[in-house]
Amino acid sequence: MIFELDLVLLFLVVIIAIVAITTRDLLSAIMLLCAYSFLMAVVWVEMHSVDVAFTEAAVGAGATTAFLIAALSRTKRWEKK
Amino acid sequence: MPSKDTDTGTGKGRSIIVETVTRLMVPFIQLFALYVIIHGAGGPGGGFQGGVIFASSFVLYVVAFGIVKAGNRFSERANIVLFSTGVYLYAGVGLLCILFSYGAAQFLNYGYIPLTHHFEENRALGMDLVEVGIGITVMAVITSIFFNLVWKRENEEIGEREGED
Repeated sequence: MIFELDLVLLFLVVIIAIVAITTRDLLSAIMLLCAYSFLMAVVWVEMHSVDVAFTEAAVGAGATTAFLIAALSRTKRWEKK
Repeated sequence: MPSKDTDTGTGKGRSIIVETVTRLMVPFIQLFALYVIIHGAGGPGGGFQGGVIFASSFVLYVVAFGIVKAGNRFSERANIVLFSTGVYLYAGVGLLCILFSYGAAQFLNYGYIPLTHHFEENRALGMDLVEVGIGITVMAVITSIFFNLVWKRENEEIGEREGED
């Protein structure tokens, strides 16, 4: 494990998570969650847990993003104030 | 300023580049999914991950060609058959272990299935069979969830655009 890389990755993950829950554009929130999952996959690889990283990349960044966009197509893009 | 109405691009506004790239990429995604399923016993991956990757190839197909064409290729009835095929494969391999050992082995104790003469090879082959069953079920379920999420919107669009092409 590289300490500096872990620090940068976890910092980015926290920033992305905060932005994803505060933004009112739901499409941006979905894309931020996709980036969050991908960064978490990198963090799992960094922790030598390749199997979990594989699942995170396939399900979190792939399938869940497609599901959320398909669900968003049934509703409005902008959250109410 | 983006419009308030969302458009996922599943129906209209197709481009030749997206269609061609999809047509080239889908077989390779499916081949990679099969690789992940088969090598799941000895490395990273497995039935679940391979099934999700296989399903994501159908998601890509829907994004490029629209749900109607994808629904013709991969019908709801085939989906229902595939759900149960995977579960039956998983449960069947597990029960065969009990049957072949006359009740001595546990459920999914693969070594007792007499596929070869070696206990360890039986175990490896049984593990692969179970992974294939998991992969089939996960692929069918995730494809079905995505198709059901997209289906109604496209049907409404077809109803509105009736008479075109």
